[in-house]
Amino acid sequence: MSVVDRQEWDVVVVGAGGAGLRAAIEARERGARTAVICKSLFGKAHTVMAEGGIAAAMGNVNSGDNWQVHFRDTMRGGKFLNQWRMAELHAQEAPQRVWELETWGALFDRTKDGRISQRNFGGHEYPRLAHVGDRTGLELIRTLQQKIVALQQEDHRETGDYESRLKVYQECTVTRILKDGSRVSGVFAYDRETGRFFVLEAPAVVIATGGIGKSFKVTSNSWEYTGDGHALALLAGAPLLNMEFVQFHPTGMVWPPSVKGILVTESVRGDGGVLRNSEGKRFMFDYIPDVFKEKYAQSEDEGDRWYEDPDHNRRPPELLPRDEVARAINSEVKAGRGSPHGGVFLDVSTRMPGEVIRRRLPSMYHQFKELADVDITAEPMEVGPTCHYVMGGIAVESDTAAARGVPGLFAAGEVAGGMHGSNRLGGNSLSDLLVFGRRAGWHAADYATGLGPHRPPVDDTQVDTAAAEALRPFSAEGLEPAGGPPENPYTLHQELQQTMNDLVGIIRREAEMRQALEKLAQLRVRARRAGVEGHRQFNPGWHLALDLRNMLLVSECVARAALERTESRGGHTREDHPAMDRKWRPVNLLCRLTDPTEGLAATDPVRGQIDLSRESTDPIRPDLLALFDKEELVKYLAEEELYE
Amino acid sequence: MSGYTAQFKVWRGDVQGGGLEDFKVEVNEGEVVLDIIHRIQATQAPDLAVRWNCKAGKCGSCSAEINGRPRLLCMTRMSVFTPEETITVTPLRAFPVVRDLVTDVGFNYTKAREVPAFVPPEKLAAGEYRMMQEDVDRSQEFRKCIECFLCQDTCHVVRDHEENKTAFAGPRFLMRVAELDMHPLDAAAEAGLDRKQTAQDEHGLGYCNITKCCTEVCPEGIKITDNALIPLKERAVDRKYDPLVWLGSKIRRRSS
Repeated sequence: MSVVDRQEWDVVVVGAGGAGLRAAIEARERGARTAVICKSLFGKAHTVMAEGGIAAAMGNVNSGDNWQVHFRDTMRGGKFLNQWRMAELHAQEAPQRVWELETWGALFDRTKDGRISQRNFGGHEYPRLAHVGDRTGLELIRTLQQKIVALQQEDHRETGDYESRLKVYQECTVTRILKDGSRVSGVFAYDRETGRFFVLEAPAVVIATGGIGKSFKVTSNSWEYTGDGHALALLAGAPLLNMEFVQFHPTGMVWPPSVKGILVTESVRGDGGVLRNSEGKRFMFDYIPDVFKEKYAQSEDEGDRWYEDPDHNRRPPELLPRDEVARAINSEVKAGRGSPHGGVFLDVSTRMPGEVIRRRLPSMYHQFKELADVDITAEPMEVGPTCHYVMGGIAVESDTAAARGVPGLFAAGEVAGGMHGSNRLGGNSLSDLLVFGRRAGWHAADYATGLGPHRPPVDDTQVDTAAAEALRPFSAEGLEPAGGPPENPYTLHQELQQTMNDLVGIIRREAEMRQALEKLAQLRVRARRAGVEGHRQFNPGWHLALDLRNMLLVSECVARAALERTESRGGHTREDHPAMDRKWRPVNLLCRLTDPTEGLAATDPVRGQIDLSRESTDPIRPDLLALFDKEELVKYLAEEELYE
Repeated sequence: MSGYTAQFKVWRGDVQGGGLEDFKVEVNEGEVVLDIIHRIQATQAPDLAVRWNCKAGKCGSCSAEINGRPRLLCMTRMSVFTPEETITVTPLRAFPVVRDLVTDVGFNYTKAREVPAFVPPEKLAAGEYRMMQEDVDRSQEFRKCIECFLCQDTCHVVRDHEENKTAFAGPRFLMRVAELDMHPLDAAAEAGLDRKQTAQDEHGLGYCNITKCCTEVCPEGIKITDNALIPLKERAVDRKYDPLVWLGSKIRRRSS
């Protein structure tokens, strides 16, 4: 049917954020010809929005820090559901990944003796986050982008062509992973600018597409976060892990409505900002859960002393892990002690001089001044929870980042599951991107090289099917009249966001999640009729119509897994099962496509498109368990795990 | 100023040509121009092409010209206009149109490749870098750049002079040269690369006559002219031979 342009590569990386770029650098440095495909312009990926810093136990500010402490903090933050081997590798390798950025030109803020400065953050025992003011993500993306350019300059000197070994296809979207039997053979994509289809043939594909936040109404995520990689993996036959865990960042802007959800960095609290309710009370002291009682200050005085003397005081509860703070804010607002626009107050103005605020939190100062007419050096901010991050994702092998069950498929960054367990600590995302981006690029390159000349061929039928699927929105009006009129993709998207926000949001209830699944089934049927006007050249309506498939798939995974897990843990809070249940600790929930052959439009709300199954987690290695006190482990681990 | 109907003129078309199209569209309290463009998309023109990403002024994707002035759509609040005002949104003028508000910004990526990368010092391993905060402050200021390319768009050297594009890197990438030149550990000189000289010889620094248009449009408030371009000029050539540098230093002295 279609004559689609084809190009051959060794490794294709889908996504050009921190994980994708780090993977591409690694694959190219190991000799693989590498292509990167991204939906936005090169250098605009969602990673630029990361503010606070990169967590790495370098011990520059407090020499007591080391990888074991970082590992412990990460496991506690994730309520022990983390894929422990990932948490171990992450804690061990993060410092090296940060230092290496300096050799590529990164300029972090410095300590007095000229080393990389590190700041405090929620859930981290020591000051651990390498940062550049509150624009660390920008520094990370720019450094990786410039490293890619440096490699291209090298290739240009040798071959006369900048793109001979490493090429970025910007503003292109991948809609299908192509396979030969069980193995990856390439990707099918379209160029957003021209609408033209093309195929990249490659035996190894790294998915690094980030998250799913655009399925929720109030989110800190950009338009790109439509769960593309999650859906691509599902459609390719790979399972997703623990999709019920969605992080609601405690502090998003709540006013004005058009900026609702935009992130207010945790650094505000790390640097001394406090949360107050409408009565002026620092309410977080009332919300310290039992598992954290010994580790947090019990009085405001102690909490305030900690900033100056952390060795003899405990940290203030504003720096509890994000899930705890988000729930507390939610409860305060519900109890009628919220701010005028339905949040709570976050105040730095009474905590430090204006000039210090402007120096340490320049983007926040700018953001509130420009978008909300609020001067944060003079008055408190209003903040509330916003959908920020998905802990769940593609199930991967810890060491290699290989997706389970699909040879040649790898995943790194937010799209991969496991690393953060049920809740991610701030700062652990940027380090995750670097550690596992590198590992994914490394093993993808090794795998591609290892195949030698025996590469899986691309099947023409799959290419034609993918092309037909991508073109369907243009012929929506020609569908059978019984199906109903064409649907506006923007309207469908808004309804999806409202559904997920209201029914599978920060606090979940069984009946509402069932309702959500029914609503998702209806939306799936209607999304088949999503129609678009105009032609294929840079047509946002068409792009959104295609993204809807991914958002619907991922939303169903979240809703189904959330319904199944009858406990509250990390980024999953059930009003009908409010406590953490140790019996659930060793349980992973896996989502697979019900009918991986096609079956895109299964409409039965009970059956849906997703099959859910349980599996037991790998037992935590004894030497890692030994890093914790017995008394602490008793709070988390299931009975049978304790006596093994 | 909640809830009124605004009059918008949005340029629509492609490489073949196009023109301003009128839209009447609802505006709510606190909204920015990008919200209005999105509302036009969702309710009146689903195929209206616009580039955007973070909607928080951090990624630099949604650059366009509002009433003729280069700006980020996401950081331009509707409250800066009166409800009676007609707001005109057009694509960046210095770059070829792709469709509607989307332009081909490939020029910038080409220029980025022409600036030699950071050269790591040979004797220092990863983890051994020591730099004082005051020595990195200036380069850090330049690294705040979100690559919105508004400075590239407004710079008159290329804005209406397509023929200058091959020889001129533009403010963004001259600033990149300055950033690397001021990096305390960049070992370009040791590797035989004189960044100041290349700024002049290869990136067209001489074309810049410090009108500061780039600084004026920078959404990050980076003092591109004063802190990057003028110092680079001062270092690049003996000031006796460049009257503009002499003039520039006078202007700066007066304003400070």
